[in-house]
Amino acid sequence: MDSASVAISRPAPWRDSLSRSLRGGLKGGEYTWAVAFVVPYLAVFVTFVAYPVVYGLWMGSDPSLYPQLFADPVYQDTVVNTVLYLALGVNVKMFLALLLSGFFMRPGWWMKTLLLLFVLPWAVPQISAFISIHWMLNGEWGFLNNALYSLFHIEGPFWLNERWSALGAVIVSHIWKWTPFWTLILLAGRMAIPLEIRDTARVDGATGVRGFVHITFPLLANLYLISTLLSTIFLLGDFNAVYFVSGGGPADSTHVLATIGIRDAFDLAQPRLGVAAVMSALPLVIPLVIVLMRKLRTTEVQI
Amino acid sequence: MSTITADPRLASLASTQARRAVHRRQYLSQAGVLVVSVLLVIWTIVPIYNMVLISLEPEGDVFNSHLWPKVPSLESFWSVLTEGHWYLEHFWRQFANSFYMGGMVTILTLLFGSLTSFSIGRMRIRHGWLVSNCALLTYVIPASFLAIPFYRIMQNYGLANNLWSVIAALVAFATPYAIFVFQEYGRSIPIEVDESARIDGASPFQIYRRIYLPLMAPALVAVGTYALLLAWNEFLYQFLLLSTKSSMTVPVALAQFLNSDQSPWNYMMATAIVYSVPPVAIYYAFRRRMTAGLTMGGVKG
Repeated sequence: MDSASVAISRPAPWRDSLSRSLRGGLKGGEYTWAVAFVVPYLAVFVTFVAYPVVYGLWMGSDPSLYPQLFADPVYQDTVVNTVLYLALGVNVKMFLALLLSGFFMRPGWWMKTLLLLFVLPWAVPQISAFISIHWMLNGEWGFLNNALYSLFHIEGPFWLNERWSALGAVIVSHIWKWTPFWTLILLAGRMAIPLEIRDTARVDGATGVRGFVHITFPLLANLYLISTLLSTIFLLGDFNAVYFVSGGGPADSTHVLATIGIRDAFDLAQPRLGVAAVMSALPLVIPLVIVLMRKLRTTEVQI
Repeated sequence: MSTITADPRLASLASTQARRAVHRRQYLSQAGVLVVSVLLVIWTIVPIYNMVLISLEPEGDVFNSHLWPKVPSLESFWSVLTEGHWYLEHFWRQFANSFYMGGMVTILTLLFGSLTSFSIGRMRIRHGWLVSNCALLTYVIPASFLAIPFYRIMQNYGLANNLWSVIAALVAFATPYAIFVFQEYGRSIPIEVDESARIDGASPFQIYRRIYLPLMAPALVAVGTYALLLAWNEFLYQFLLLSTKSSMTVPVALAQFLNSDQSPWNYMMATAIVYSVPPVAIYYAFRRRMTAGLTMGGVKG
């Protein structure tokens, strides 16, 4: 990675030519190979990532789009929904994952079996799971209301017919689907804490909550922070939970930025407006990306 | 929890109390574990149980209020497998499309990812960090945000309604993760292995093919599983780019069900279950390798 340190650690080449140092110490034929190996990925990156990014920036570059966008009442609701979805979806999920990763550190066959079952939502495709949840929440025929009535004689509400309960359903579905994944990540982080540290801490009386506050969490903090930031980005781009669970309804009141862009572009046939909706997330996305790129590049933490 | 006293009776009393306290605490913590376990099982299983329940209902019996199927029937699975409903007439074609797409995404991600990380990590190509940064940037951009311009571009390329447009998008978004994991894993292989092969006259391609790839096998399995699951989970790009019945994949067909008024829910749920079988099987088969992969490189949900 770091060409300076590479040059020092290698024995000095017998003929130090300029072109060779430009090639990072590779001989002519080898340099050709090295370039040829990188070209396929670079071609994919330029054609299918960089070009769409530039194209998107160009599509959304017309300033007159934004007053039109901000005046749309659906867009105003969308911003509120996105903020709620981010705040609750990310934090509740990560906090649950933190607690559950501690729970799954317990020894015994039962914990291992339970973990196998618990990871199931992550392995099941999103589409299947979210369609099932959509029908489960049907007010008249859904499993949830049937169960509420049979077990407690409660008439459940029409979950997806009211904005806040529909948004709540989307958030809970997201948490259901992704908590197992982050639990596994944090569990791996806890496992990586050397046994001696934990044992020494226990001998010194740092058990339970105190052990967590003074030993485990400081060691996990960086991993937890990176996971939270990444999960924020992933959730911001999450299209499926909203699309399948609430469908943006009732009356377009539960859209988030990822779905409103598609709705504007394809249902309303205004692709530029759709791109503008997505671009309005940039003030949040750009700082996140910068912090994340720094963190992922410089820290030793490997998730 | 021991008390030092001169009186042995007092000492034994104290230790009995201590033992009782320990017992009580153990009992309480076991009860707590049991309660949490039961809640977790219910939480995890309900949406999946709902899927199975409805798929076992005979046709027209979906609109009822039982909590378990009164007359369980495999009829809906049979209909899916024999394409026995007008909605399912291209099921096998669509299933094959999903497989083809997943397979191609996996192969190309592994190929491009391993070539790139070999060039950056092992051959130490100059400016390799620039390529790493491109990958890192791709990794932190939400894919759904690029869907609209991507759709436009594919229209211009004449690749609309072509599985390869979806494959290209998914490879572009899966390869960065592959590059991270491979670079991270590659650090555990001493560079001297490559150098001695080079002195023996092996070309870079031979080193890649004969030494690098075999040594990277565990990481290849982890990333391959990841890429396949990513392709299987993806919906938006398939939905936008594939619109004819013979070119679409299973998720797009399922979404069409959702939008129609007369949705045959038992067929939908049976289709959803059949579609879920391959990833669940693959996940549980390669679970250990995958978890190792998660802790090796970056994260992708």
